[in-house]
Amino acid sequence: MGLGFDIAHMLAGLMVLASFLLLYQDRLPALINVLRLHGFILALAVAWQAYIQSAPHLYIAAVIALAVKALVIPGALDRIVDRLGIHREVETVGGIGPTMLAGMALVALSLRVMLPITAHADPVSRQDIALALSVVLIGLLIMVTRRNAVGQVAGFLSLENGIDLAAAGARGMPLVVELSVAFSVLIAFIVIGIFLFRIRERFDTVDLAALESFRGERQ
Amino acid sequence: MIVALLAGTALLLVLALAGAVARGQGPRLYAAAAIVTALSAVLALASLASAPATLTLPLGLPWLGWHFRLDPLSAFFLFVVDLGAASASLFAIGYGRHEEEPGRVLPFFPLFLAALQLVVLADDAFSFLFSWELMSLASWALVLVHHRDRESIRAGYVYLLMAVLSGFALLLCFGLLAGGAGAYGFAAMRLAHPAPGLAALALLLALLGTGAKAGLVPVHAWLPLAHPAAPSHVSALMSGVMTKVAVYAFLRIAFDLLPVPPGWIGLIVLALGGITAVLGVLYALMQHDLKRLLAYHTVENIGIIFIGIGLAMVFRAAAGEEAAAALALTASLFHVFNHSVFKSLLFFGAGSVDVATGTRDMERQGGLIHRMPRTGFFFLIGCAAISALPPLNGFVSEWLTFQAILLGPGLPEWGPKILIPVDGALLALAAALAAACFVKAFGVTFLGRPRSAAASAAEEADRFSLGAMGVLAALCCLAGIFPAVVINALAPTARTLVGAAMPTQSFFHAFVPWGAIIPVAAARSSYDGFAIFLLLVAVTGLAIGAARRLAAHAVRRAPAWDCGFPDPRPETQYTATSFAEPIRRVFGPAVFGAASAVRMPAPGSLSPARIRSALRDRLWEIFYAPVAGVVERLATSADRLQFLTIRRYLFFVFAALVALLLALALTQ
Repeated sequence: MGLGFDIAHMLAGLMVLASFLLLYQDRLPALINVLRLHGFILALAVAWQAYIQSAPHLYIAAVIALAVKALVIPGALDRIVDRLGIHREVETVGGIGPTMLAGMALVALSLRVMLPITAHADPVSRQDIALALSVVLIGLLIMVTRRNAVGQVAGFLSLENGIDLAAAGARGMPLVVELSVAFSVLIAFIVIGIFLFRIRERFDTVDLAALESFRGERQ
Repeated sequence: MIVALLAGTALLLVLALAGAVARGQGPRLYAAAAIVTALSAVLALASLASAPATLTLPLGLPWLGWHFRLDPLSAFFLFVVDLGAASASLFAIGYGRHEEEPGRVLPFFPLFLAALQLVVLADDAFSFLFSWELMSLASWALVLVHHRDRESIRAGYVYLLMAVLSGFALLLCFGLLAGGAGAYGFAAMRLAHPAPGLAALALLLALLGTGAKAGLVPVHAWLPLAHPAAPSHVSALMSGVMTKVAVYAFLRIAFDLLPVPPGWIGLIVLALGGITAVLGVLYALMQHDLKRLLAYHTVENIGIIFIGIGLAMVFRAAAGEEAAAALALTASLFHVFNHSVFKSLLFFGAGSVDVATGTRDMERQGGLIHRMPRTGFFFLIGCAAISALPPLNGFVSEWLTFQAILLGPGLPEWGPKILIPVDGALLALAAALAAACFVKAFGVTFLGRPRSAAASAAEEADRFSLGAMGVLAALCCLAGIFPAVVINALAPTARTLVGAAMPTQSFFHAFVPWGAIIPVAAARSSYDGFAIFLLLVAVTGLAIGAARRLAAHAVRRAPAWDCGFPDPRPETQYTATSFAEPIRRVFGPAVFGAASAVRMPAPGSLSPARIRSALRDRLWEIFYAPVAGVVERLATSADRLQFLTIRRYLFFVFAALVALLLALALTQ
């Protein structure tokens, strides 16, 4: 308890806040910047967990999070947006008000579900897991409400950040799990990046509506 | 005893493996299967009256094990199974040579036999259902032997669907019987006392599950498709034996595992049995494919068996009617044995005819009695037995069923009082129509003149096939002439199920020196197969003697009477369709939705007039087509899910997750 708990709680809360920021960004460069912030807060949160749990291996996880999620991936996304020339494209998010309300409902739901279940757990990881679940759910919500493929990637990455946060909060999670999760995210990112360019090559856009019409579906 | 029986089953499994590996060893495999199953039959016969024996093997579910039990009920059905299996194997030693694709039969035939034995011996729900499904799958593979034939494919498909339905119903039934604690052993189920509603539901599910395997109307539709599609020795097993295993399963659940069910379920069984008997024989009359005709007769006979079972259930539910219940049950079990014997015999005959003429269509046969006299003779005995003619076995069991029906009006409730005589009338109708049907089957196939070149060049079946038919024909006669032996042998089984047995039939009765059977009381009714047999022999002998002595000995050759037609071609003979026409006229419009139209040529035209008639399967239209339609509509609407956008798929995942979390939040 005490200060350690408060700071952990604050960092996790900041991640949820960053998720909300992601939720209503309708320009891609801004979206990527917020994603960078999201990754940065994650790295801080993991590092703080390493400190209060005195688990040195979590420092490695924090460094990986900082490198991969705050620097490499947002940088790469920036390059993609640059090369695709879609700075100015506006995402149709579908009404900021309702989306934000839905996000708040998701946070409430995850707290309502998680807090009773983890009643006997350590209070630090307890709050962490509840907030991490909200981050995951909001990530999914971002993916559902975006029409642009880059936007969906951003949603997916924030979702993954939430999983990472939960993993860091749980005591005794071996390092290898974090490593493999980070690695798989990197791979997934590479695959998605390649796909984005392929889609662009073929359809001249990364708007998913083009793919849908290509599959011959009725809208 | 049970160890020896299971060793036999294991040997059959080894034979199945050998059948998958060895090529061209068909006759040896069949011979080995015949020996193993014949020994099993002897063992089962010997243990008919012995006390229940159990055995547990460390197989199956890890905490349950694989339980086996041999009691009088399973011993009787094991005897029926092994008798049918042994005769089918013996028949197949010769018949199997004509199989075009032996590699598709040899692995599955012994597997099928082993599965049949295992079902009867199983003593827990898991091993029972496992063996049951093994039996279904092995027989399904055998139905699809001629897999390039479109009809076989359809038959296999419908069969598989109905087997799934049956397995599913039984799964639910055992689930209800096992209760919340999951006591899947039959021993635990016997001791449990489920709530009356639950027990009734379980019993109805069992009726559906076993009825779908036995061929009870309306879940019979697969049977006339699947049984003829298989090779004939397999058809004999499916019709003669597998349907009996389904009857066994129903008896096991209704009379052994569950407490005494209420009488109204017995009335349902009774009504279904009566409907099944009549509809089965009516459909059979309309067929001119010999094997399909026999398959529809299986439906009819299953109806007769279920009439007996339903009567036993009704009497068992009434107070103080144990003796009547024992009589009805014994009649039903007797008919189980009889039907397995003569239906196997008839399918062997049909298979021999099929091999000899290359067709199962009766309209292309005829006059076979000259080319295949022994097959014809055995087939005739089978026909007489299934038509319930004395002194053969079919008569005894149907007569016993009627005796039980005649006890029905003595019951106090009005339901059985009314329904049982109605069932009696249905049974009588079915018996009469069956006789007409087998006059047609035998007459068109074996009598008259050949209707095709293949029929006129047919050759007698080989000695193994004839041997198998001969043994079964002899059993038909013996069980009919000495029914007291069979009834006494069935007493332990009846006592296990209803707590009473028919009075012991003395083989040498006090008043008549041969064995008259007396179901209830001597003053009421009695039947003496041996006396009837002697009478028939005497009368026939006298008639032949008189004909020899009194008739003129000079031989006079003259043209055959040709019904007024000067054209002597074989086509002008009475056909199977024309034989069935009067009955089609009576029942056709109501039962089959029959429609026929005559097309007359224009005056002066030389083209022949044509009559075109069509039958519709009303049962298919009522029970199956709507279900198939609903399934198809559901499948079509679910098909749309395959062409959604990526975002919608993501939304489904998201919505499912949120819904589950909500459920969790609300139920905490």
